[in-house]
Amino acid sequence: MKTENQKAWFFVLPVLLLVAFNALIPIMTVVNYSVQETFGNNLFFWQGLDWFEQILRSERFHAALGRQFLFTFLILIIEVPLGVIIALSMPKKGIWVPVCLVTMALPMLIPWNVVGAMWNIFTLPEIGLLGYFLNNVLGITYDMTQNPVAAWATIIIMDVWHWTSLVVLLSYAGLVSIPDAYYQAAKIDGASPWKVFRYIQLPKMKTVLTIAILLRFMDSFNIYTEPFVLTGGGPGNSTTLLSIDLVKIALGQFDLGPAAAMSLIYFAITLLVSWLFYTLMTKDDP
Amino acid sequence: MAKITLSNLRHSYLPNPSGPEDYALKAIDIAWEDGGAYALLGPSGCGKSTLLNIISGLLTPSEGRILFDDKDVTDLAPDQRNIAQVFQFPVIYDTMTVYNNLAFPLRNRGVAADKVDARVREIAEMLEVTEMLDTRASNLSPDNKQKVSMGRGLVRDDVNVVMFDEPLTVIDPHLKWKLRSKLKELHQRVKATMIYVTHDQTEALTFADQVVVMQEGEVVQIGTPVQLFERPQHTFVGHFIGSPGMNVLPASETGGKVRFEGQIIAMEGPVTGEGGMTQVGIRPEFVRLSNAGLEARVRKVSDVGRHSVVDAMVGDTSVKAVVEGDVPGQGEAVHLAFRQDQTRLYRDGWIATEVAS
Repeated sequence: MKTENQKAWFFVLPVLLLVAFNALIPIMTVVNYSVQETFGNNLFFWQGLDWFEQILRSERFHAALGRQFLFTFLILIIEVPLGVIIALSMPKKGIWVPVCLVTMALPMLIPWNVVGAMWNIFTLPEIGLLGYFLNNVLGITYDMTQNPVAAWATIIIMDVWHWTSLVVLLSYAGLVSIPDAYYQAAKIDGASPWKVFRYIQLPKMKTVLTIAILLRFMDSFNIYTEPFVLTGGGPGNSTTLLSIDLVKIALGQFDLGPAAAMSLIYFAITLLVSWLFYTLMTKDDP
Repeated sequence: MAKITLSNLRHSYLPNPSGPEDYALKAIDIAWEDGGAYALLGPSGCGKSTLLNIISGLLTPSEGRILFDDKDVTDLAPDQRNIAQVFQFPVIYDTMTVYNNLAFPLRNRGVAADKVDARVREIAEMLEVTEMLDTRASNLSPDNKQKVSMGRGLVRDDVNVVMFDEPLTVIDPHLKWKLRSKLKELHQRVKATMIYVTHDQTEALTFADQVVVMQEGEVVQIGTPVQLFERPQHTFVGHFIGSPGMNVLPASETGGKVRFEGQIIAMEGPVTGEGGMTQVGIRPEFVRLSNAGLEARVRKVSDVGRHSVVDAMVGDTSVKAVVEGDVPGQGEAVHLAFRQDQTRLYRDGWIATEVAS
């Protein structure tokens, strides 16, 4: 006879504790702040949904959110096709495979603040390799601390440099899992290279591409370190993305209530978009 | 439709083959008649898939020529050879409907839409997938997927040859039989040359009019299923076809007399050639238990259904006999008799007796 008992709970308990301490309790603290006003000294006053209303009506929030969506949109529209193209042109076998894979993985191994610092120095007009070259050799005026367009171009290119590899590696994994017979059948059926891509490679890459886009969306939507180190949100507020703005409100102005409300709204948007995207991409799956 | 001639074909996967062991295919000469149903039979690694890929154009042979009728196609790409191939596991275009899958090869060749539609419906009817035409191909069961990938080969009316590379590997056993008879029926309807690669003798013998048996890159025998069973040209064929396989017994031969375990064995006819390693080959179906003949002791009796297989030791050599009805017990002493017209001598593996005139 099978004995029934509640022992299994003990195995789940550590995970439960871990999740409680690293997710539930911090989030609940934020929820707590978001509905109260505090002036320090551990004094709290009930505020209801005022902070949420204030944030949602704030033009500053709208602007940061707009910049955030623009940033994420731009890097996705560059990184995804570029990553797929690079993956398609990588060798499928031979000694160049490990060389390519390691080269691809390198940017991702660099700590994020180092990436920001690297690109900061790289683009300095006086001493940076790129900055000096653009200004003094090509004669293009380029200074990302002065010009918002230059600042945007730099953070976009930096992110493309840093993260296209992720799309490449995931797409490549999808590509090499396609059995040769598919390509042979396509040859016999007289399919053009475009049709091979459209009807064999793309469908077989769909699952990994969905994951790649999802990861890139979440990461870029929450990006903080690299643009903070590179531009600090400037010039002006031109590269102040949501996370940078949030830190300014929370730690710069010490407005804990509005900052808490903003982070919850921020979290909800990330979650909603991710969920919508994933649901749409997998709705046809058997 | 075309007659396919393989002329002096050799293939090696190595860039600089030095000896015969470097060749996956060694000197293949076969002519496949237009409209025939052929099977390529052999164990894994014997070169049958290599041969298939050479015919389809996925591989270019190291040496030799491939002719479709009188046209040399050795250097032509697969899509210019007008061939069709069905792979081990179903290759379908997941995101397309069954209809679009079947239409794909025709549309790629710029066939007019109304002709495409007529052809697709005709083939779908033949394969019994008409009611699935609007379904996404990825939602089909494995056997229907395999039907669709066959359909993509059959839909073109200009195919020279349809090739099947172990197409029933992933199909459930109870559906294999159904699909096999479907194939046979299709062959009779479309009259295309078909080549069926398999390592399963049942599949080969039921499908094909002519079976090509291969071993280690060589063709050992081409013949009808009956010929392969009754008169194997090589001990390998005797072994590989039939269940249990042919008895191959070590023997000595001097002056046309063949001795096995000291006893003279009567052959079907005169012995040819001389020297080499000699063996006697006889199928278990033609070994009888009798009152006189070779003395043997029963080692094992296996009941395989309609008959029993008696495994008896003659000296140190095991001889199998297919016995209907009563069987002796284990350890019992018996006498074995070989049917003379089915007893042959093999020299270095190859047949070395002639049929008595």
